[in-house]
Amino acid sequence: MSALIPLLVMLPLLGAAVALVAGRRRRVQIAASVTTLTAVVVIASILLGAVDASGTPVAVSVGGWPIPFGIVLYVDRLSALLVGVSAVVLLAVLLFSVGQGYADGDDDTPVTIFHPTYLILSAGIFTAFIAGDLFNMYVGFEILLVASYVLITLGGTESRIRTGVVYIVVSLVSSILFLAAIAMIYAAVGTVNMAQIAERMAQLPASTQLVLHLMLLIAFAIKAAVFPLSFWLPDSYPTAPAPVTAVFAGLLTKVGVYAMIRTETQLFPSSDVNTLLLIVGLATMIIGILGALAQAELKRILSFTLVSHIGYMVFGLAIATPAGLGAVAYYIVHHIVVQTTLFLAIGLIERRAGSTSILKVKGLMRAAPVLAVLFFIPAINLGGLPPFSGFIGKYALFDAAAQVGTPLMITLIVGGIITSLLTLYVLMRAWNLSFWREDDEPDEAELETLDRVAYLKGAPAAAVQTERRAIPKIMTAATAGMVAVTLALTVFAGPLYDLCARIGEGISHPVHLSQLDEEAGQ
Amino acid sequence: MTVSGVLIVIMAVLFACGVYAMLERSLTRVLIGFLLLGNAANLLLLIVMGEPGLPAFFGDADKDEFSDPLPQALTLTAIVITFAVSAFLLALIYRTWQLGQADTVADDEDDVALRAPDHAAEEDALDDEVEVEDADDEISSDFIDVSTSPITVLHHVDHPAIDDDAPTDAPDASPDAPGDGPNDKGTDA
Repeated sequence: MSALIPLLVMLPLLGAAVALVAGRRRRVQIAASVTTLTAVVVIASILLGAVDASGTPVAVSVGGWPIPFGIVLYVDRLSALLVGVSAVVLLAVLLFSVGQGYADGDDDTPVTIFHPTYLILSAGIFTAFIAGDLFNMYVGFEILLVASYVLITLGGTESRIRTGVVYIVVSLVSSILFLAAIAMIYAAVGTVNMAQIAERMAQLPASTQLVLHLMLLIAFAIKAAVFPLSFWLPDSYPTAPAPVTAVFAGLLTKVGVYAMIRTETQLFPSSDVNTLLLIVGLATMIIGILGALAQAELKRILSFTLVSHIGYMVFGLAIATPAGLGAVAYYIVHHIVVQTTLFLAIGLIERRAGSTSILKVKGLMRAAPVLAVLFFIPAINLGGLPPFSGFIGKYALFDAAAQVGTPLMITLIVGGIITSLLTLYVLMRAWNLSFWREDDEPDEAELETLDRVAYLKGAPAAAVQTERRAIPKIMTAATAGMVAVTLALTVFAGPLYDLCARIGEGISHPVHLSQLDEEAGQ
Repeated sequence: MTVSGVLIVIMAVLFACGVYAMLERSLTRVLIGFLLLGNAANLLLLIVMGEPGLPAFFGDADKDEFSDPLPQALTLTAIVITFAVSAFLLALIYRTWQLGQADTVADDEDDVALRAPDHAAEEDALDDEVEVEDADDEISSDFIDVSTSPITVLHHVDHPAIDDDAPTDAPDASPDAPGDGPNDKGTDA
């Protein structure tokens, strides 16, 4: 079983090598990428099944060094679940981009690096999810970041370079902070192995623990776009190509959230910053969604809702009970899938309507009824309407918070409900304007509609007007597949939620070194 | 654990200078700032190694006399990562130079539009994008008003679609043939 774990990283890297060598042979590249990611989906499911059935996490010491000294890869239920979900999302987005590439006939354009970079990004994400020591997690972060630098500036157009620079510089600062924090933790406890850190950290004075704890949290909060460190996200995501934005929005911030979860539960269980996290979570939710209200451009709206919903995860993390952590696990899975689906749907809208400004796009209901459904379902899902997974995730969070029942928790619940309603309002406004408005509407009716959103006139305009093009079937199919996955999260909410509850139970106790030793010895 | 005070002071100065340089708008200075920060972090890793001793895994001395090998391994990894990112930043800086003859980070036009809501509100929302003046006067490149590019690209052909004044060593290539493109496209990737 443990032999499968390194494959999660090796396969994507191997696939990247093949795709790079294949160069301009697009079919080989596509075959390599699809095969690799499919294999990762299968391996992750096997691991998830095994880890969940046995109840004990699997650890493997790479290179054969005894466990606290060498690199440790560590898979528990949370890691396996997140790797699996990420791989599914990556696969769907890859198919979407393949469809886009075929339709645009990009045989001549220099995107031969897209597939290798994409696979390296996947390898980085998987490494970060299964890292058993802090430094390996840092390496995973760097792998995915460097790949994301390339993807966000793909093609090197002026707007992408401009926004890419913001993203890159902010990420560099966060990486250096992370590295410095690792060095200081090593100075304090003499190890980078997460299990060993947990054992030794408790013996340090509380003030030292707090400094180390906050440094790590700040580094991860930048990555996860937690307010007030979220300013960079709505600025840099919207200009990237649609598939790239979709995968960044779905996965990269969640890697930051995952790292925060490990920091809170595994590394610093005895250092308590939950009140701070609760306040920050509330601010992230409210300020994020208020930002979305002021936008008229679909990708920007979604970027702000993304920031806003990170607040829910920070909220759940700060509840710090097994129920709260379980709710976070469910919410992360829900949010990865739904946010990616929405960005894919917007990619389709951009293609079909030639713009992403909700003031310009209209008449899509008649022109593209399938697209209307593909956007509507994830939109109301994100808004938290029953019976979808967004409602289940939020209900679980509020339930866990209500069990604690302090006044701050109640405030957070109210804030969460307001955010949820505003999300619904923002997305339905976008849907109404782009889909319900008739293309040949008489001027007066049109003006009346626009009058109701007159406050949006000063909002940033849509980036570029592109030509309207037909949507290739494979893009629609990939998006429809993702919508099906969001529905599956709802239909199979029972078993999935039970799994998440077990995750919450499992990660609420830090893993000890002796457990790792036993597992690697098996 | 005893450590050298000088190293700590140097590390602190490197961190301070690095942060200061990274706050600049000029990308070249951001790169320098990043290099300083990277070195500061590496130095921090070396400091936490503690007192230097014999090479690890070599010879048979008492275990207290060996250096701690782990921070060395971490430093090596961090150096490689910093190196790769610097290379990418250099490519990015060159691309910025090609596009705008400056290596500064431009203002987001949408942000500028938001800052002056009265101006923007006058525009009909259905009109095309709000026109915003480029904040050219804020450009603070080290190369401003210099007619030549800092780098001459060998076999670089002038291409009408690319707005740069990079010197070319093939200036006579017919500008009317868009087929000249491949060279450019190749380097832009």
